[in-house]
Amino acid sequence: MTQQPLIAITELSKVYNTGDDEVVALDCISLNVYKGEIYGVIGMSGAGKSTLIRCINRLDKPTSGCILYRGRDIITMEKKELQRLRRKVSMIFQQFNLLMQRTVAENVRYPLEIVGIKRAEANQRVEELLGIVGLEDKANAYPAQLSGGQRQRVAIARALASDPEVLLSDEATSALDPMTTQSILSLLKDINRRLGITIILITHEMAVIRQICDRVTILDGGEIAEEGTVDEVFMHTKSEAGRRLFGAAPQTPDDEPSGPAIRLVFDGSSVDRPIIAGIVKELGIMINILSADMKQIGGKTYGQMLIRSPQSEESKRALQVYLDGEKIPYKEVNIK
Amino acid sequence: MSQAQLSNLLLNGLWDTLYMTVPSTLLAYLIGMPLGILFVVTSEGHILPKPRLNAGLGVVINFLRSIPFIILLAMLIPVTRIVMGSGIGTRSLIFPLFISAFPFVARMVEGSLNEVDRGVVEAAESMGSSTWQIIFKVMLPEALPSLINGAAIVTVTILGYTAMASAAGGGGLGSIAITKGLNVRKMDVMYAASITLVALVQIITISGNRANKKLDHRKR
Repeated sequence: MTQQPLIAITELSKVYNTGDDEVVALDCISLNVYKGEIYGVIGMSGAGKSTLIRCINRLDKPTSGCILYRGRDIITMEKKELQRLRRKVSMIFQQFNLLMQRTVAENVRYPLEIVGIKRAEANQRVEELLGIVGLEDKANAYPAQLSGGQRQRVAIARALASDPEVLLSDEATSALDPMTTQSILSLLKDINRRLGITIILITHEMAVIRQICDRVTILDGGEIAEEGTVDEVFMHTKSEAGRRLFGAAPQTPDDEPSGPAIRLVFDGSSVDRPIIAGIVKELGIMINILSADMKQIGGKTYGQMLIRSPQSEESKRALQVYLDGEKIPYKEVNIK
Repeated sequence: MSQAQLSNLLLNGLWDTLYMTVPSTLLAYLIGMPLGILFVVTSEGHILPKPRLNAGLGVVINFLRSIPFIILLAMLIPVTRIVMGSGIGTRSLIFPLFISAFPFVARMVEGSLNEVDRGVVEAAESMGSSTWQIIFKVMLPEALPSLINGAAIVTVTILGYTAMASAAGGGGLGSIAITKGLNVRKMDVMYAASITLVALVQIITISGNRANKKLDHRKR
């Protein structure tokens, strides 16, 4: 990618002063987000991901470093300029944060009201936006009457009202059940593809990253543990934090088996076939599954499985040939 | 005292009570409401953090709030004389009532505004709202049901203070109950005035509750 980044973050640090203690939430973070991509930031709670995304629209003010949006420094912006920026970089939240005393339509109209758009024009835009998120029939309902997924849809419509270039998603699906999460993620992907809106999302769920992100950064203790395309990071996880998040190297208690193992990666490219049964039946190798974290999304299998390496070199080779034939990426690992 | 005389007396008392309560409540809101808003928005981590101003406001509000009304009434007489033209009497009482009520209003408004979810205020900030827009389009409308409840409580409290009016030569139902009832052993007058006062309090409280329920969309 040789184009200019839309958002360029350089050596961003945030230190919280809590009395005598200093808590480093972000430690020298540098990353670029390009126009049109869905950029994921994943990490355990306390990794600093929320602070990071909140620095981008300056809900939090970083201690040092710089964030450029189209070449303009967000950190030093005056109030008026910051307000204009925030209309181009909108945000959705884990708790939706809707105005509870306003109807759905009035919520979506809010960003239009504050810039003084005429009522009739605003109402028409609201109708369009509710169409995009599929809530035309709920225009006059109050948020309290909606489900969590519907509330997040209202929040998304509201975030789109100011015609933004970037959408920041702060754990937007974390308060939702798995089914609703899926539908919100498809909506975000749709918004990204159809409206060309760049999305930066933070999450603690690997599935969210796998499903819609193009590139990902793993945050750990306020630092970037690793960064790359989702495929890259997912299949060739380098960092300890990454392995923890993907569940690839389970925390093995003492009494659990250790020694040579093979990690199989299901990245959605392999068709749903009974691989393990195939190994057992066709190769006659008894497979011992040590751990697995798999998920079916849209008829494709995603996830990782850790199996015990076969004892004999011969079996091992046969297994490798079989996996290559099935186009299943794998890696030999040693679990301790 | 005849039936007609009694009801005439009560009607006059009711008028005097309202004459003291309504203007002082309105004035108290005129000053207390902006103070309460200022107190909330200048608090730490809010939209306009100003720690020193906030601490100063807190001290003033708390100080005024802690003076019992009857003492404040006496203390203020010289000032009341200057402001209202007379230190005593029904009309003059509006001033000390207002002075004692506005810090209370500020506290009530503060409480209501603090009930507004910080996340919602943050969302409004994230959409590029100005400070004024956050106050008038987000915080006040979101807190409206609670503000109305607060207004009912404030009015009832001021109504209670007016019952001490007789101490400064004021009229009203409280004054009638004491000076024309209790002090001259006319128990029927005392009870009649008191019951009217209680009824007035009930009407205000119930209207406040009704308005709160009707305006609050947080529940299904």
